[in-house]
Amino acid sequence: MQTTILYIGRDTEITIVMNRLLNARPEWKGICVCSDAEAISILETQKVDLVLLGNGIDSNAEEILKKNILSIQPKVKIIQHYGGGSGLLYGEIMTALG
Amino acid sequence: MSQFILHKENTRGHANHGWLNAHHSFSFANYYNPDRMHFGVLRVLNDDLIDGGMGFGAHPHDNMEIITIPLAGAIAHKDSMGNSAVINAGEIQVMSAGTGVSHSEFNALEDVQLNLLQIWLFPNKKNVSPRYDQKALNVDARHNNFQQILSPNAEDDNVWIHQDAWFSLGKFDEGFETAYKIKKAGNGIYAFVISGEVTINGQTLSKRDAIGIWDTESINFKAISSDAEVLLMDVPMELN
Repeated sequence: MQTTILYIGRDTEITIVMNRLLNARPEWKGICVCSDAEAISILETQKVDLVLLGNGIDSNAEEILKKNILSIQPKVKIIQHYGGGSGLLYGEIMTALG
Repeated sequence: MSQFILHKENTRGHANHGWLNAHHSFSFANYYNPDRMHFGVLRVLNDDLIDGGMGFGAHPHDNMEIITIPLAGAIAHKDSMGNSAVINAGEIQVMSAGTGVSHSEFNALEDVQLNLLQIWLFPNKKNVSPRYDQKALNVDARHNNFQQILSPNAEDDNVWIHQDAWFSLGKFDEGFETAYKIKKAGNGIYAFVISGEVTINGQTLSKRDAIGIWDTESINFKAISSDAEVLLMDVPMELN
């Protein structure tokens, strides 16, 4: 069974890389977007197991985004993704999913 | 009462990709060890051997303070900020990835293996403007001395980062003893032995061993071989 992971970040290049990295593993299904509106739209239409918050989201926007995400899917885990690439990704996801 | 954790050389993660032979002090890439995730804000300490002419093509980073110390050889670096540089052994490079930066790193030499330490610290502020710096270090200044090579202060010698962290390098004669005072309350020390053999707070460490010490104000150090070289990383223990 695949784990669905939604990545939200502002940098297009990093978002493309994250999409490639997440979907390279058969056990993960990655959906990567740059806008909060796209993210909310996805959360309204499919179950997501984990949300990764990427670069460029300021603290005010992050608070609002987290509130909106949890209002749609209260049980989804939300973590910060650091580093913008593959280095920390696997560890972050494994830790978050327990 | 001070606390410590020992990370012996042979307990590090290892990945040999042929052109890249990497040892990871903390979980990185496909190496995942829940007990080795970070030491305070120190998240990555990679000890990479890279064959001549080989390296990492353009790849992005964000929200991380990335410090690279070549121990042997030279790195060719290019990034999306327009920097193009070679960093030689004896120099230090720092990059604040902040809102996002793309870079490539290659062994600048065709016939010499590159050995580098790459260190990632969580920043104390997210989404800063990306920045790059490199400095040549005065190698003589670290003889029997912990030479500060990195700090949070732009006015200090050498390089600075967005974190309350101080790095020092020292190269010591056999029998030399000293103490190191931690720079900020709440920080801990992660000491990595580059070469030789030392004792830190009575623990014997050999090449590529490390010790993390916290809940203390200072550490005691003694070189027990003639070629002892140590990197001290004085880092906040609390994640921001």
